Amino acid sequence: MKKNFNSAYLPDERVDGLEKVTGKAKYTAEHQLPNMAYAVFVCSTIAKGKIKHIDTSKALSAPGAIDVMHYENCPKVPGYQPAAFPDLKNVGEWRGLKVFGDPLVRFYGQPVALALAESIESANEVAKLVEIEYEAEAFETDFDTLRKDPSKLKGSNNYVRGKIQAYKEAPFFVEAEYNVPIEVHNPMEMHATIAFWETADTVLLHDKTQGPKATQSAVARLFGLPEKNVRIIAENVGGAFGSALRSWANVPAAVIAAKKIQRPVKLVLTRPQMFNLVGYRPQAWQKVGVGADANGNLLGITHHAISNTSRYEDFREGIVDASKFLYKCDHVDTEYKILPLDLSTPTWMRGPGEATGCFALECSLDDLAFKLKMDPIQFRIKNFTEIQQESKLPWSAINLKDCYAKGAELIGWKNRKQLPKTLKEGDWYVGYGMGVGVFGAGRGTSTVRAILHADGRVVLESAVSDMGSGTATAMVKVAANALGIPEEKIKFVMGDSDLPPGPMQGGSTTTSTLGSGVHLACESLKDLLKDMAIQMVDSFKSMAKDKIGIEGLKLFSLDNNNISVTARELIDKKKVSFIDIVKTSPGLNTREIQKATNSFSVHFVKVHVHSKTNEIQLKHVVTTGDAGKIISEATARSQMLGGAVGGIGMALTEEVKVDHSTGKISNATLGSYIVPRHTMIPHIDVWFTNKPDPYINAIGAKGLGEIAIIGFAAAVSNAIFNATGKRVRDLPITKEKLAKVKA
Amino acid sequence: MASVGIVTSLIAEAMPLEAFVPVPIPKQKVSLEINGKKLDLMVDIRSTLQDLLREELGLTGTKKGCAMGDCGSCMIHINGNRANACLSLVVYNDGNKITTIEGLSNGDQLHPVQAAFLKHDSFQCGYCTSGQIMSAVTCLREGAAKNREEIKKYMQRNICRCGSYQNIVDAIEEVKKSGVKV
Ligand code: FES
Ligand code: FES
Repeated sequence: MKKNFNSAYLPDERVDGLEKVTGKAKYTAEHQLPNMAYAVFVCSTIAKGKIKHIDTSKALSAPGAIDVMHYENCPKVPGYQPAAFPDLKNVGEWRGLKVFGDPLVRFYGQPVALALAESIESANEVAKLVEIEYEAEAFETDFDTLRKDPSKLKGSNNYVRGKIQAYKEAPFFVEAEYNVPIEVHNPMEMHATIAFWETADTVLLHDKTQGPKATQSAVARLFGLPEKNVRIIAENVGGAFGSALRSWANVPAAVIAAKKIQRPVKLVLTRPQMFNLVGYRPQAWQKVGVGADANGNLLGITHHAISNTSRYEDFREGIVDASKFLYKCDHVDTEYKILPLDLSTPTWMRGPGEATGCFALECSLDDLAFKLKMDPIQFRIKNFTEIQQESKLPWSAINLKDCYAKGAELIGWKNRKQLPKTLKEGDWYVGYGMGVGVFGAGRGTSTVRAILHADGRVVLESAVSDMGSGTATAMVKVAANALGIPEEKIKFVMGDSDLPPGPMQGGSTTTSTLGSGVHLACESLKDLLKDMAIQMVDSFKSMAKDKIGIEGLKLFSLDNNNISVTARELIDKKKVSFIDIVKTSPGLNTREIQKATNSFSVHFVKVHVHSKTNEIQLKHVVTTGDAGKIISEATARSQMLGGAVGGIGMALTEEVKVDHSTGKISNATLGSYIVPRHTMIPHIDVWFTNKPDPYINAIGAKGLGEIAIIGFAAAVSNAIFNATGKRVRDLPITKEKLAKVKA
Repeated sequence: MASVGIVTSLIAEAMPLEAFVPVPIPKQKVSLEINGKKLDLMVDIRSTLQDLLREELGLTGTKKGCAMGDCGSCMIHINGNRANACLSLVVYNDGNKITTIEGLSNGDQLHPVQAAFLKHDSFQCGYCTSGQIMSAVTCLREGAAKNREEIKKYMQRNICRCGSYQNIVDAIEEVKKSGVKV
């Protein structure tokens, strides 16, 4: 397809770029199946209680109506009650909301019925005509009040190293509370599922998912089917940022409805439904205390956190983790509890846990540096360590100091004044701030099939999906490197659970995990070619494998350059049109390598704050990443840009507001939940250390999707403090909040 | 596999499909020109251009990010002006000329804005991209691309949740500077 277009700019672009700029890339909801019905969720208008009565008579008489599915007429599915299906082998209890499984309402906006109709217009109308009577009960949604009641909190996770609350005994210390509101992923593509029972026990789904294999397994277990009877297709994913890391109510709803009406069903969420049906970053309260001696050596860190979960599932994340291991400190204690509320279940959102935790930690360190009259970068360098403090293992690679130096240079840190309000441009105070981010860098298992065609094309296959970070582009580069052939000859095929099992795209592990799989498959392919040469070509007979070189699919004897054979000749000789190999690359065992593995980032922000109106304007952002070798520069850079933009939203605008008199989210639209738009974005510089991590995998690359946002909100807060001397500890930082704080 | 059969038959037996009497869907005749092609259609009077394009005509390049005018991912051109396809009922568009992302490139020749988006990696997931490009084209045509700040103001109606804003402005600015006709 590429070749047909007459563009001057082909070499560096994304492999799926052309389809995206021409509108040809198809996302989940854009598939049509014959005789497909349209489905729309009807959602509860109470926060807690029971459905007393559902009247669907008006709805069913509307034009185009097919059916209305709800708890009374929803087919019984094994995964909703595994005990009732003892004969089925592969049944697993459905995780999360068992939509239409009972008459209970657990949060405002819970799907309570599914309108099915001949068109989207009709389905919308049918949904409106469903009449539901509820028996409402008292509910609890007010996090800020309820978190103060210890009897409401669940599951304390405590950690102590050295002395508890040691910071209080330090000559210099600060302690403060921080609040992060509910934030929502809100990818531009709304979650959608199309379900089609091809036979009585085989089902095909187009689904928005970050992991086709995980969705396949969830659906198979819901119906007690062998996995091979379920096929999940997710060829393009229009953003997700964590929202598609698990299957939500739309999946069972569509699959069950398709079974019930015996037609394919398309269910697309509405934007308001995106606010509480596919997870969100939980609200969190934190208290952090940090103490140091006069020279800036950290003497104690105490980090407490509470975040919300739902009443029907426990969701926890690593909010206090970075405090345990990032900085050199002998006395650290943390405590983390969750508060169940009558809201839907939260989930991982970009930089899960750490984005919340590093906001509090990095602001606290900034406050302490200020108290110590130390430069915040110097303060961090003072407490820099190459040993992960919790595990006491050395890091496989840590180049934070390079990030400090380069970032400081690019943002113009030398112009920063230690004292707030000393730098002014006209009516605007000028401030500089920085914040550090850290996230685990793992490597999971992945299976990749590599196919070499006689004409020299290489196809790689794995059942992953890509939410926009550029997986296929990066994988093509890994393969091109391993095989020594041009990128145009390589195609990466994904987005289908029928392919060899690939990992979930999440937790910043795709490049490492899948890259290792691709690398291994390509190396194995070369090995296979060598075997073929030894077996089939006389001049290679009895040659030792390590005496055979291979370059660009040409094999030659390392002792005698004149002895050579091409892959094409080998494939022809074998009388086949292609050869292939399937390889599974194992996950990383950090115990084996005795190293701690993380990616790091440092973000720098220059801000203007108006001296009279408190208006906040970001002027310049520098974001630096230490994530091993950068495989695909353009897409990695874009990911960092995106993380910075997400961080700007987290710092300055994003906040879900719950009306505690009804339990309803009162700003569930993109007009009222403010995400960053064009005019909010200053110039952003991106820089990478780009040093291969020698331990993590064969390609030296680590993930960077999460570190792109972690620590960013703190950098903004720190810059605003540097400008004004005012610290807002409740996100988002607004001019109204700034106006209320005393310098 | 035998056990699988049991489940499916259980489900089928428990839930017979209720019979229903179809009610006619209110329709109206509309003439449109879409990407240079004249179409006479009988459309549901409740249809938006967005749903007509995406669900009926297979022109899924026009996206749905909110269906309430907030995000810009459905941006199209109606008689040369940019418009949110989600906010425009088809029946109000009788006789209108509509251009979607699919009608922007000329055969195999990419529109300069599309080419610039490729060059500057002005997208990640690609879901907002059609809308961004359609807005960018009218931004340039209407002379609103004077400088980066003006470009940003004009593009304010288009959200990119992946955060490709800087690369989008880079692309538009480059096309503007190149002076090519858009
Ligand atoms: S879909 Fe039309 S503006 Fe969002
Ligand atoms: S590219 Fe994903 S929303 Fe813009």
